[in-house]
Amino acid sequence: MSNKKDVETTGHSWDGIEELNNPLPRWWLYTFYLCIIWGIAYTIAMPAWPLVKGATTGMLGWSTRAEVADKIASFEEMNAAVNAELAAADITAIEVGSDVHNYGVNMGAAVFRANCSQCHGSGAAGNKGYPNLLDNDWLWGGTIDEVAYTVQHGVRNETDEARYSEMPKFGADELLTDEEIDQAVAFAMSLSDPEGDGTNLVGGTYDLELAAAGAEVFEINCASCHGEDGTGDIYQGAPNLTDAIWLYGGDHDTVYETVYYARFGVMPAWGQRLSQAEVNAAALYVHQLGGGQ
Amino acid sequence: MALIDKHKIIETNGTLLMVGALLVVTVGGIVEIAPLFYLENTIEDVEGVRPYSPLELTGREIYVREGCYVCHSQMIRPMRDEVERYGHYSLAAESKYDHPFQWGSKRTGPDLARVGGRYSDAWHVDHLTDPQSVVPESVMPKYGFLADRYIDGEYIEDLLSAHRIVGVPYTDEMIEVAKEDFAAQADPWADTDGLLERYPGAVVSNFDGQDGITEMDALIAYMQMLGTLVDFSTFTPDASR
Repeated sequence: MSNKKDVETTGHSWDGIEELNNPLPRWWLYTFYLCIIWGIAYTIAMPAWPLVKGATTGMLGWSTRAEVADKIASFEEMNAAVNAELAAADITAIEVGSDVHNYGVNMGAAVFRANCSQCHGSGAAGNKGYPNLLDNDWLWGGTIDEVAYTVQHGVRNETDEARYSEMPKFGADELLTDEEIDQAVAFAMSLSDPEGDGTNLVGGTYDLELAAAGAEVFEINCASCHGEDGTGDIYQGAPNLTDAIWLYGGDHDTVYETVYYARFGVMPAWGQRLSQAEVNAAALYVHQLGGGQ
Repeated sequence: MALIDKHKIIETNGTLLMVGALLVVTVGGIVEIAPLFYLENTIEDVEGVRPYSPLELTGREIYVREGCYVCHSQMIRPMRDEVERYGHYSLAAESKYDHPFQWGSKRTGPDLARVGGRYSDAWHVDHLTDPQSVVPESVMPKYGFLADRYIDGEYIEDLLSAHRIVGVPYTDEMIEVAKEDFAAQADPWADTDGLLERYPGAVVSNFDGQDGITEMDALIAYMQMLGTLVDFSTFTPDASR
């Protein structure tokens, strides 16, 4: 209270209450001045002031776009050697456990998560209509070079190199009568029923008599792609019908839908979006998941 | 110090204080906002960007109506991680015909700025109908009802005209044939020469795989063109922007 008297007043007085003019704390005042100097220096160093045609670019020449381009370039440069090796490598000859293999598998995991997981699932277990990549069942071949080809060119897309086959719409296009379709469906289901008791490996039930009658329909219409024994053909992407693995489902209604309307699953040609190194990496990753042949 | 001593005049006159405050704020606005409208390096003209086709614009309306922007952004920021995951960072020009823009501020789902062409139409149908059927860990709601809602572009001319009023360069011709273009884009057998001339790069397909045009068709048409208009193999970004 005593030094209140030592402090100057501003001279303002309302109803006898005077306004003191305490000096600002020194540390605060100097920080304030420093901020002003910093602000001026910052606008000189960095892009800031709008002029007639463009803004000042700043002494440091910084820009967001240049920064991200630099960052990407620096990582690309860091990995350039191993990427080039991976892109040029004969993918069938990459030794498991080598540095390139390790690098490829890790890179492939990242590529898979960003580009493939939306259809094949984040764990590569697939979904209805999108193949499981963990098992031993391969539509177009499970060797590493076949997997790489599928990644590169895709399936049934608009590119010329894509893997292509098309199942006829036996019902919708009236290639078979309703009776023949019922028989073919039953026979197709019987292929995955080793016990022959009318219930296939995935629990789908069918009529044994219809199945017996369907053998001929199958041989004439289906065997050319799926094989006489129904084990499929990887050169035509024709699924094996004798196992418990069904892309769309092995119950009666789903198989009926497949025969009636056919299926036409597509996969993009990833070679158009990804680099050769990324394609090879994705193939290496998928191949080592468990199902690779 | 004579001028500073006069502050009492402002402090004791409320109206004058308000006018003074407004002037100060106006200076800030002029310096910070006005240059963005005339500076050449904030307005980048990029080849390939075109107004939305009638079907795409309808899909965009559905996108806004369903609140997709609440979970999905449409702006890839210039950062290495985003560029590597989603593709080239977004350019301002790519959303110049967006009214309102869909940049978004939050990502529960992924960014969609470059989703066009990334997935097949069939995948989009599967995913919109039941997202968990293809992405089990997804929290996205189901939008299967879109495939049951048939649309005929009844008010499409009005929609295009409204966008023209706010600055989208739709020509009289575009508005005149909007209904034809609307139908042609969802029909792979239609004559689409005119459509593709007016809207280069438009994807023509029976998007939802069923007869008739549904909201599903429109939304997928919009999805399939997002981020595809600029050819980044020929575009060189100007580093100073």
